Amino acid sequence: MEQNSIVTISDLVKRFPVGKSFFTALNGINLTFNKGQFAGVVGPSGSGKTTLLNIIGSLDSPTVGSAIVLNEEVSKLSTKKAAVLRRKHLGFIFQTYNLLPVYTVFENIEFPLLLLNMPALERKKAVLDALEWVGLTDKIKSRPAQLSGGESQRVAIARAMVKKPELVLADEPTANLDAENSHHILQTMEKLNDELKTTFIFATHDDKVIKYLKRKIRLEDGKVVSDEIINNL
Amino acid sequence: MLAIKLAYRNLIGAGLRTWLNVFVLSLSYVLIIYFNGLMDGFNIQAKTDTIAWEIGDGVYWHKNYNAYDPFTLEEGHGIIPESLNYAVNKGTLSPILISQATIYPDGRLQSVLLKGIGTEQKVLKIPSQSLSVETEEIPALIGKRMAANTKLKKDDVVTLRWRDAQGTFDAAEIKIVNIFDSNVPTIDMGQIWIPLKEMQKMKQMPDEATIIVKSKEFNKKINDDNWVFKGHTFLLEDITKLIKTKKIGSSFFYIIIMALAMLAIFDTQVLSIFRRQKEIGTYIALGMTRSQVVGLFTVEGSFHAILAAIVGAVYGIPLLMLQAINGYPIPEGADNMGIAVGKAIYPVYGLGLVISTIIIVFLITTIVSYLPARKISKMNPTDAIKGKIQ
Ligand SMILES: Nc1ncnc2c1ncn2[C@@H]1O[C@H](COP(=O)(O)OP(=O)(O)OP(=O)(O)O)[C@@H](O)[C@H]1O
Ligand SMILES: [Mg+2]
Repeated sequence: MEQNSIVTISDLVKRFPVGKSFFTALNGINLTFNKGQFAGVVGPSGSGKTTLLNIIGSLDSPTVGSAIVLNEEVSKLSTKKAAVLRRKHLGFIFQTYNLLPVYTVFENIEFPLLLLNMPALERKKAVLDALEWVGLTDKIKSRPAQLSGGESQRVAIARAMVKKPELVLADEPTANLDAENSHHILQTMEKLNDELKTTFIFATHDDKVIKYLKRKIRLEDGKVVSDEIINNL
Repeated sequence: MLAIKLAYRNLIGAGLRTWLNVFVLSLSYVLIIYFNGLMDGFNIQAKTDTIAWEIGDGVYWHKNYNAYDPFTLEEGHGIIPESLNYAVNKGTLSPILISQATIYPDGRLQSVLLKGIGTEQKVLKIPSQSLSVETEEIPALIGKRMAANTKLKKDDVVTLRWRDAQGTFDAAEIKIVNIFDSNVPTIDMGQIWIPLKEMQKMKQMPDEATIIVKSKEFNKKINDDNWVFKGHTFLLEDITKLIKTKKIGSSFFYIIIMALAMLAIFDTQVLSIFRRQKEIGTYIALGMTRSQVVGLFTVEGSFHAILAAIVGAVYGIPLLMLQAINGYPIPEGADNMGIAVGKAIYPVYGLGLVISTIIIVFLITTIVSYLPARKISKMNPTDAIKGKIQ
């Protein structure tokens, strides 16, 4: 169990300065995520889900306590080292897709591989594979503005998955999608979790997502109030 | 490499705004190259003409003569060294005797510079052969400016008065046998050219000269303390100085255009960094370092300079070529500033000028693009991802 852990969070506190005082968004979090988990952080709006994901993603650092991600202590990483960690090992999926607007679908998915200096041929193959996973082979030349919300999010998933990262962080990936699209992308991610053993951590309050989770962590006012493993066969 | 590839994609993706900036910037390329080319063309032409008409490959001044001090004419002359006679006869050296004199066109008194030149000389373009005609009067040659000034026409006869070596006044009639057209005002305005032999007799200065103009073919050095050599650097200094001043004057133009272009690019950069926060956040989330993102935006900005060079070339090359062929017309009378100016200036564009212009514009554009891009490194990525206004 221990050596399988990919994320270890201990006594984590996150405070944001608000005017002259501060606001405690996360308050004493202790969590461990193991390799291959399909886990979700759920809870009401403002409970600290995004904040937690940002810290795990090394985009933000804890005020107190530690977050160890792939054997790296997030609070001790320089911005450059953090960038390397994200580039090599992490994938992000955002509520707002965050596709690069002037790039085609192909170029968007290719982007993380460019950062890894992957050779062109290998890159092309990987992008085509990723397009296959999300079923968008026919949109290869489209630009983000020409895609529906569901298609955009599938491109974002392909972009997060193309380099086969150890960990994918997905913040409200279905918030802008209808039921059918939500199920489609969740099935896609479930399949990738199964085939590539990629660890997924979601932040969501969407019941459609919750149904797919194999571990559900409930956050309220910056505290973990429940953490359950779900065995849905 | 990656930054260049991405910057290119982003810039082309940005469309119209990019091309607008690129166009304004390309104007500054074309203007800088055009104005400098015009000045260089002017410079080359003025120097070529001055060399052809006035100074040849250099001039030996008599040791007491100074072209900038007319009072030295009195003493500034001497016997042409005998050893040079062969070169004078061959036409590779052209001795010139200079003296002050007076003419009386229509009864008015007018001071002139009287110059005696060999009728067989081949050093200067002055058509001195036309002085070897049989006339009762002394044959004389003047330039078109002098002709306009004195209202003298071909075949006119006018009284000339001078003082000989002893200081005695003497007078004779001269006849204008030819009027020449030269771009060089300094051999034209206020000057009358007569045969050297004639003038030596009139002045009672046999075998004497004030200056000796040499041609390229004459490649020996005159080692004679009475004669001091003046080379091109010295004799063309006035033109060099004038061009320098003109260049500084015209740079005002393209500095303004350049400033406009830089302002447009700076503005575009500031705006795009503000508008593209979400994109910047995404770059960082996907694993770009902040300095990579700053680099990307800087390269994007400086790419304007490269595109502008291409766009500038597309319309600039034919335009500038046309000017180089047809020349830039100079209004009549513009040459009164005492420097050789033709009827048109033909711009000359040196490779060095083009390359240095491109490098300078590129560097300035890069700096202007970098300044706003530095702001990226202070952005909070979690805010940027959401596209929050800061
Ligand atoms: N940069 C910040 N400065 C100040 N307060 C912040 C900042 N970021 C988040 N917060 C506060 O921290 C709390 C948790 O925010 P967070 O975004 O993590 O919530 P969330 O659980 O993701 O909510 P939602 O479901 O609405 O996305 C909120 O009350 C929010 O106002
Ligand atoms: Mg959130």
